[in-house]
Amino acid sequence: MITLGDYLVVSAILFTIGLAGVMLRRNLIIILMSLELMLNAANLSLVAFSRFRVGANGLPDYNAQVFVFFVITVAAAEVAVGLALLVALYRARQTTDVDEITSLKF
Amino acid sequence: MSPFLFWIFALLTVIFGAAVFLNRNPVASALCLVVSFLGLSALFMSLDAFFVGIIQVLVYAGAVMVLFLFIIMLLDIRAEEQRRINWLAAVGGIGVAVILLIQICVVIGHFQSARRTFPPLATSATDDVWNIGRLLFTNYNLPFQIIGVLVLVATIGVVLLSRREPR
Repeated sequence: MITLGDYLVVSAILFTIGLAGVMLRRNLIIILMSLELMLNAANLSLVAFSRFRVGANGLPDYNAQVFVFFVITVAAAEVAVGLALLVALYRARQTTDVDEITSLKF
Repeated sequence: MSPFLFWIFALLTVIFGAAVFLNRNPVASALCLVVSFLGLSALFMSLDAFFVGIIQVLVYAGAVMVLFLFIIMLLDIRAEEQRRINWLAAVGGIGVAVILLIQICVVIGHFQSARRTFPPLATSATDDVWNIGRLLFTNYNLPFQIIGVLVLVATIGVVLLSRREPR
């Protein structure tokens, strides 16, 4: 049978993949995609906990699913703003490589 | 859900998730991300969260992916394919990620409830859109309205950011 731990391990692997993507890749688009993966890994564990905590009425704990709804909304807004920033940056500097954007480097 | 289906969708999600950052071509990465999100939405549905699974497909595989592909179209992706790999940074990054994964797995291993299976639901047909909607408009009404303001601000911000400066 599938346990809660199985879902949590899948979520942990997905989060790690996202973290590795953020640290390894230098392209801003790929970094944004990896951020999405990390947010979705968190969503997966939230939904797993929601299904695990069945209340007295025999229903899952819907508070966690409302939280997932909020996370998805914020993530969509974040992607839109991030990509707009990326386009503005590309217009100014003709690059999406984070190693070449060093104006604020001390 | 049968364990077989769970492992199929979990492997699909993880493999295509890894392909997102292993691919050198951003278009291929975006398409791998779509497949990964579809697998993830199947996992949500295996947890009886049908509403979340559906909005996962609608918002991510639909809207966000179109946005990503549209932006990739505007940019030059040739430069990315010709870049050399910094092996020292690659090994360091993978090392940190693997250490984090080991830590999380140890924590899950010590978590007693993680070894239990999911308790059965009262009915197989859960009315989850109704339940989430009711919570959203009663207990979480204020956060819901704040989210609305946030999305409005994001929309205005995106329009302002992508407007060309008059010179």
